[in-house]
Amino acid sequence: MHVHVDRERCQGHNRCYALAPELFDVDDLGNSFELNDGVVPPGLEEKARLAVANCPERAISMSE
Amino acid sequence: MSSQKHPPVVDWATDFDHTDSEWVADPYPIWDELRRTCPVAHSDRYGGTWLPVRHEDVAAVAYDTEHFTSRSVVVSEIRPGPDDPPAPIGLAPPITSDPPFHAVARRLLLPAFSPKAIAALEPLTRDLCRELLDATDGQAEIDAAVDYARHIPLRVIIGMLGFPQEDADIFRRFVRMVLEDVDQSEEERQELIVAGEIDEYIDARIAEHQAEPRNDLTTYLLEAELDGNKLELDHVRGTMILLMIAGIDTTWSAIGASLWHLAQHPDDRKRLATDPGLMPSAVEELLRAYAPVTMARLVAEDFELHGCPMKEGDWLLLPFPSANRDPEMFPDADEVILDRAENRHAAFGLGIHRCVGSNLARMELRVALEEWLRRHPAFELIDPSAVTWSAGQVRGPRTLPVRILG
Repeated sequence: MHVHVDRERCQGHNRCYALAPELFDVDDLGNSFELNDGVVPPGLEEKARLAVANCPERAISMSE
Repeated sequence: MSSQKHPPVVDWATDFDHTDSEWVADPYPIWDELRRTCPVAHSDRYGGTWLPVRHEDVAAVAYDTEHFTSRSVVVSEIRPGPDDPPAPIGLAPPITSDPPFHAVARRLLLPAFSPKAIAALEPLTRDLCRELLDATDGQAEIDAAVDYARHIPLRVIIGMLGFPQEDADIFRRFVRMVLEDVDQSEEERQELIVAGEIDEYIDARIAEHQAEPRNDLTTYLLEAELDGNKLELDHVRGTMILLMIAGIDTTWSAIGASLWHLAQHPDDRKRLATDPGLMPSAVEELLRAYAPVTMARLVAEDFELHGCPMKEGDWLLLPFPSANRDPEMFPDADEVILDRAENRHAAFGLGIHRCVGSNLARMELRVALEEWLRRHPAFELIDPSAVTWSAGQVRGPRTLPVRILG
């Protein structure tokens, strides 16, 4: 499973970073990016799903 | 509570007024009804104002910076005049700025409000909350809005700017004039604004910081550069004014409304007091259900939304609190569900104007609730009818008398 942040859509709400800091980090401006090339380690699938479902800008996508 | 200066509203679809006492007391039934019957309402008041209430439409307007300008974001009897700074900069950049200047002005501010920068302010905020609780310790009755909530964001912003804490009243008066007295006549408001107290005050603080630079946001703004040049003083002053207007009443309102909810919902209160792990989702849910801020835009060029003919210069209210209660977006939208797992709420807006201070506001709200519940795990409203709410585009309790139990 992979997650990806669309940097054009991300406005820095930081919901993903708060919910899944293992999967996302933020830059100096507070905008989010995925860690580890977006690879979701086993056991973190639910956190990935929550991050997607809580982004107000729908900036995060998930793929198998 | 606002003194009613405008005639009472009879028809919310064609004559709404966000300072009407019915809206001030409880706007949610008004928005619910409009969402079902007239999702884009219109009023001739304030020279012509539109009101989309569905999440979908609020989002569409927030994303459309071409047809809607942020040049003025507070609906009042005064529109920006020919002497005011033109788009794309506006009076208080970046909230009043449009693209492309917006992104540049915003980028300057973002590092000071990033999650990591804000985390550093948490210990100070926690100490401040404890001091406030110490000051009312032993009292059986406390005004949670006046004696607690309102001081927290005010003191944090003053601290960030490096201004003297004794000057809190100047800020408080200024913010009230801008945000709450919007139903005053043009002459009354003009008189308050031109009085110029706040500009003189800020200029004096700027001069002090120029003479003696410090490690605070004022010095940061004075030293910041845009395209190799220091910021114009008007830009610095405007941004400071923005921080006061956007950073004080808003979070005061969110803390107060959350305590108001907990005072009336003992089950939620007990769960939150005993299960700290619930706090992150609870903060988001309280922000969704009681989002304080309704933004505004001016129509930049004629536009049709669901057949409504919006004309250049019309106001448009952008009620994020109504978007957050849209049942199309949120199941059981009127229920507060502290562990709601999926919550794409728009309390901090959507699109390029997402609240710059959202990380700060979240931290303040969480810390304020944690410290209050630690000291007062059990409390209730003394008299629900004694609670008063602010009028205008920032909604929260302004008096909130609670009884401490146990």
